[in-house]
Amino acid sequence: MELFPPLMAIESLECGDEVRFQGVVYTARDAAHKRLVKLLEQGEELPFPAKGAVIYYVGPCPAKPGEIVGSAGPTTSSRMDDLTLPLLEAGIKGMIGKGERSEKVITGIKKHKAVYFAALGGAGALLARCIKHMELIAYPELGPEAVYKLEVVDFPAIVAIDARGRSIYQEGRKQYQAGGMLHG
Amino acid sequence: MALISTRHIKEAVYDMCKNSNYNLPADVSEAMLAASRQEKSSLGKQVLAQLVENSHLAREQNIALCQDTGMIVVFLEIGQEVSLTGQAIEEAINEGVRSAYQDSFFRNSIVHDPLIRDNTNDNTPAVVHYKIVPGDTVKIVVSPKGFGSENMSALRMLKPSQGLDGVKAFVLETISTAGGNPCPPMIIGVGIGGTMEKVALLAKEALMRPINQDHILPHVASLEHELLAEINKLGIGPQGFGGSVSALGVNIEVYPTHIAGLPVAVNVSCHVTRHQQRILAPKNGGDLL
Ligand code: SF4
Repeated sequence: MELFPPLMAIESLECGDEVRFQGVVYTARDAAHKRLVKLLEQGEELPFPAKGAVIYYVGPCPAKPGEIVGSAGPTTSSRMDDLTLPLLEAGIKGMIGKGERSEKVITGIKKHKAVYFAALGGAGALLARCIKHMELIAYPELGPEAVYKLEVVDFPAIVAIDARGRSIYQEGRKQYQAGGMLHG
Repeated sequence: MALISTRHIKEAVYDMCKNSNYNLPADVSEAMLAASRQEKSSLGKQVLAQLVENSHLAREQNIALCQDTGMIVVFLEIGQEVSLTGQAIEEAINEGVRSAYQDSFFRNSIVHDPLIRDNTNDNTPAVVHYKIVPGDTVKIVVSPKGFGSENMSALRMLKPSQGLDGVKAFVLETISTAGGNPCPPMIIGVGIGGTMEKVALLAKEALMRPINQDHILPHVASLEHELLAEINKLGIGPQGFGGSVSALGVNIEVYPTHIAGLPVAVNVSCHVTRHQQRILAPKNGGDLL
């Protein structure tokens, strides 16, 4: 299924669905999250339109001369767990990263009818090809951790936690657990 | 006395920093291909195929395999007959890292002070481990280590009475907790024995061995196979989406330990496990062997 951010009604997406993003996503990882949440706490606006926005947890490699961006795969999402709820409250609808999320985030996802997507961790070369434009939006001093506006085409991701709170990390694992020492 | 210039070490580090970020080691590539055939989940199969495609793209177009171009870990084995000439060794290594990261536009991921967290902006310093060995050559291993997986690593000082079962349980618990975070399929380095710092080093050294190469001690080799099979029963699967391939390999290194202790370290790595090695010989001040 193709998704064109800003995202509107995405409740029909189910965990395990394959999607392709077409359009704008914003980058933010550890350091940027701290600053974005601080802005919200101070009652200020985010440096990009929050309604329906998609945040990609990524700190890309710099672009070689003549290129748009270097390797650009997702980073571990759980490091953003404690800073996610204020962004959901501000209207963020989608997050792209890798790995499990905390119960608190899952509850927030359900409450705000948002979706957490997983991109392929360690496929930075492949994913960089889907980024067609990159523009600095905020915090240039953070280098690879700055906030960028990315325009993506056919950017592949999996619905990892859907708006009902179902997680592929839990369901997928259950399906393929084969007894063994730890679960036997 | 064999003279080897640190300039050659710098050049070797430079080349290996670059190459290792573009080229997956042959053993890992082969294991990924095999995994994409064995995986039972169709989504997992698809994921593995895309990861293989990523590695081809990186190799052919000189794009970093992963945006986390890592912290550089260097293992130096210096023959005791070697005298190093030129610049201070650690400076030479860091210069090699610095130039490679700048020239290749790799991400700078190192902060100078772990508490203040200011980026050094050149991906130095590297973490360097030295070993003095018999002989007149210098062996250099360079490995960029990503932290998505490094963060999932763990060390525990077990009681000797916990024995082999305790070791297995700790490894499985660590991997189960890691789940989808370290970009599975993972590669696992395990250290058993020694002291607290020694066991951590053993786990890292274990990651430097090709995964298609068993430990020379039969009982350790069989533990490697058993743990791999057990890890793959956890159901984590490629990227943690569920599946039958959670890890590509388990390597174990062991060392004598104290009567009162059983240290175990688990160093978690990902499908982008990168390492290269070179041996410098003294002829002409450090020709490649
Ligand atoms: S865990 Fe490995 S593949 Fe995943 S982001 Fe880190 S270095 Fe890359």
